[in-house]
Amino acid sequence: MAEDVKAHITGVVFQITSKPGDSVAAGDPVVVLESMKMEIPVEAPRAGKVKEITVAEGQTVQEGDTVAVLE
Amino acid sequence: MLSSVLIANRGEIARRIIRACRALGVRSIAAYSEADAGWPFVGEADQALPIGPAPARESYLNVERILGAARKAGAQAVHPGYGFLSENWRFAKSCEEAGLMFVGPPWRVIQQMGDKVGARRLMARAGVPVVPGSDGPVESAEAAGRVAARVGYPIILKAAAGGGGIGMVKVADEGGLAAAFASAERRAQSAFGSGALFVERFLETPRHIEVQVFGDGHGHVVHLHERECSIQRRHQKLIEESPAPNLPAGLKSRLTHAAVTGARAVGYVNAGTMEFIVQGGEFYFLEMNTRLQVEHPVTEQVTGLDLVECQLRIAAGEPLPWRQEEIIQRGASIECRIYAEDPAKNFLPSPGRIGRLALPEGPGIRVECGVAEGVEVSVHYDPLLAKVVTTGSTREEAIGRMSGALAGFTVEGVKTVIPFHQRVIASAAFRAGSVHTQMVEQGVFNG
Repeated sequence: MAEDVKAHITGVVFQITSKPGDSVAAGDPVVVLESMKMEIPVEAPRAGKVKEITVAEGQTVQEGDTVAVLE
Repeated sequence: MLSSVLIANRGEIARRIIRACRALGVRSIAAYSEADAGWPFVGEADQALPIGPAPARESYLNVERILGAARKAGAQAVHPGYGFLSENWRFAKSCEEAGLMFVGPPWRVIQQMGDKVGARRLMARAGVPVVPGSDGPVESAEAAGRVAARVGYPIILKAAAGGGGIGMVKVADEGGLAAAFASAERRAQSAFGSGALFVERFLETPRHIEVQVFGDGHGHVVHLHERECSIQRRHQKLIEESPAPNLPAGLKSRLTHAAVTGARAVGYVNAGTMEFIVQGGEFYFLEMNTRLQVEHPVTEQVTGLDLVECQLRIAAGEPLPWRQEEIIQRGASIECRIYAEDPAKNFLPSPGRIGRLALPEGPGIRVECGVAEGVEVSVHYDPLLAKVVTTGSTREEAIGRMSGALAGFTVEGVKTVIPFHQRVIASAAFRAGSVHTQMVEQGVFNG
């Protein structure tokens, strides 16, 4: 079952720390957001394989936006 | 006096500087990013010029655009505020080369004190105590281990080019050193462009106490007493006060003496702060902030002096307006920083549009507020919305006024740290004045 990884905060994508095909554990950072001078990782909600990264570095995301999809 | 000042900053501190300019009859010029066009400081300045898009790199951190705005407005001086370019010696030097007065110390002093390892060495040579540790950067985990064996674990690894708590790694024992060193080196390299690290003994539960100093271009240096700033999260301050509670008179006098000695040793000019950590009866130099501090109002409240006005006078070449014995600390003052962060979610940022806003007022209550109803608090900048400062003839009175002020502070549209402040102010530990820098992380004030 594919599952969206959603931003829990509004911010700018600072760094993309995983790529499609990567295996991640629950709690691993998938992308890192920057908001109000803080770097905040968006973590994988469960273990799985990254299917898609749906954002680019420098892009603004709102709370609840999908940043990646797990297979 | 200066004729005009461009403010290379935003929010509450820009408003504070505009007010000081107005008091002295100086023309104030705001430089603002696209995101800030509707913010109060832009409308309040005598003149306002756009400097670029929202990201700080393209506006408030962009030296060329700021100097361009200063040229266009015919500014005579630049006030950098705090944060952004305020401690960037290249910016101060560029101002000088562009024929602008920089409201701050000479660029060489900023450069000297910005090199944390060099500053530590300079202070030690001047007789100011420093935390036991390496004399300079260490080249390897093995070298760090030798220093640790001498000063004792736990130790902390710090980026030589760093600051603001970024890239610092605590090492509990020898077993964890190699991995911690590699990680700290990597982080320092990516954050500051240099992986150089130095080693200090880690103090478990120190207090953070700082001393406000002021120098003029005529060789005078004075202190404006101390501030207690131990209530912090992520190495950033949340609450500050003056005087520092329960600070023995002998220790206080050694601290202020060391601060003046250190500032004099580097030929300090304008406002600066010597930061120390204090544990037991000992104190150690941490770093010097070569600019105005966020928390300067508590010092203003207990001394009755206007620090920003004095900054402008010193920048204009005037001598210090006060002798040391005229600077008297009276009563007590406390500042709570109102950040747009959610204390229930470990201080996660909470950007958004400000809805209803009601500020507290009353005897002994001062509010420095950067926002207004309807403005957007963007993801691009620091989350500081406002500062609430309360003052009383005693610390108890200031605390009572703070309880009332926090209860009377309404801000809708973003989450703020006000509930956290209310718990701290009500806590027995804070009321007893027994604070240290690890309390927030230890969860002492959790609801």
